[in-house]
Amino acid sequence: MKDILKISNKKFTSRLIVGTGKYKNFAQCAKSIKLSGADIVTVAVRRVNISDKKKPVLMDYIDPKKITYLPNTAGCFTSSEALRTLRLAREIGGWKLVKLEVLGDKKLLYPNMIETLKSTEILSKEGFEVMVYCSDDPLMAKRLENVGAVAIMPLAAPIGSGLGILNKVNIQILRSKTRLPLIIDAGLGQASDASLAMELGCDGVLINTAIAKAKDPFIMAEAMKHSVIAGRKSFLSGRIKKTLFGKASSPKKGII
Amino acid sequence: MKKISKVKITINGKKRLINPKMSLRSLLYNSRISLNKVAIELNQTIIDKKRINKIFLKANDKIEIVHFIGGG
Repeated sequence: MKDILKISNKKFTSRLIVGTGKYKNFAQCAKSIKLSGADIVTVAVRRVNISDKKKPVLMDYIDPKKITYLPNTAGCFTSSEALRTLRLAREIGGWKLVKLEVLGDKKLLYPNMIETLKSTEILSKEGFEVMVYCSDDPLMAKRLENVGAVAIMPLAAPIGSGLGILNKVNIQILRSKTRLPLIIDAGLGQASDASLAMELGCDGVLINTAIAKAKDPFIMAEAMKHSVIAGRKSFLSGRIKKTLFGKASSPKKGII
Repeated sequence: MKKISKVKITINGKKRLINPKMSLRSLLYNSRISLNKVAIELNQTIIDKKRINKIFLKANDKIEIVHFIGGG
């Protein structure tokens, strides 16, 4: 049976979503994405460089017909900024599946959940399918679900921090409280972090900095791909119970 | 010969002088903007790209042209 990630009514094979920021150049970014096997990439909305018309653009390297672009609202600190950004993103070419991210603190890059909740409701009513970067608060996740979010995306740790999952318990609670796709967004640093997220029952992970800023992004992209698959299979397999004492793996019968 | 006085508009935060009543389409065409890769705002209102030949620019118009870039 194929293990498919379903977000809204869309189906994806890979459970690894990757960001396209912070790479040395577009070529490095494109190759890393290919190696990661991701079906979805996040992208930001910014002004076109009017003065340098020959400058390469992301779409020249990553074909939105072959991979799902997930426009984000990175850098937005208010609901109105986020709404404006995503309405523009939709206009570029009909993108409805979006990642909402309303920040509340410049240093922590923690989400402002009041503005996030407000924006989720408005965007959902406007027909957007909103994947929401949020805190790991189970009550807030429920409220996001109630106003139409299509995926809950709690941070594991501050964006770009590489600290890994700081609150495993909350992620497990979130898993038990929401039926929506649960995708860890932000804070992962190494492959084992991604495996852990998947073993906790998350539906996917979103990784940018850990790949883009690794000394060798290509190797890390592959590592993340395999760790997400490994973690997911580990979760699905139904792991053994933990015991305090040892249980021999070899039979006693026939011991000489 | 009568001199045409240009009008001042702002594109992506930068001031620019253009001929009066220039269409938005001409402006984008002259700036070599690929329409399928951008979204356009005129004075904070999103513009339907199919209508750009019917929109004529006037003094103090503020235009924002955005596209997708790398981001997390």
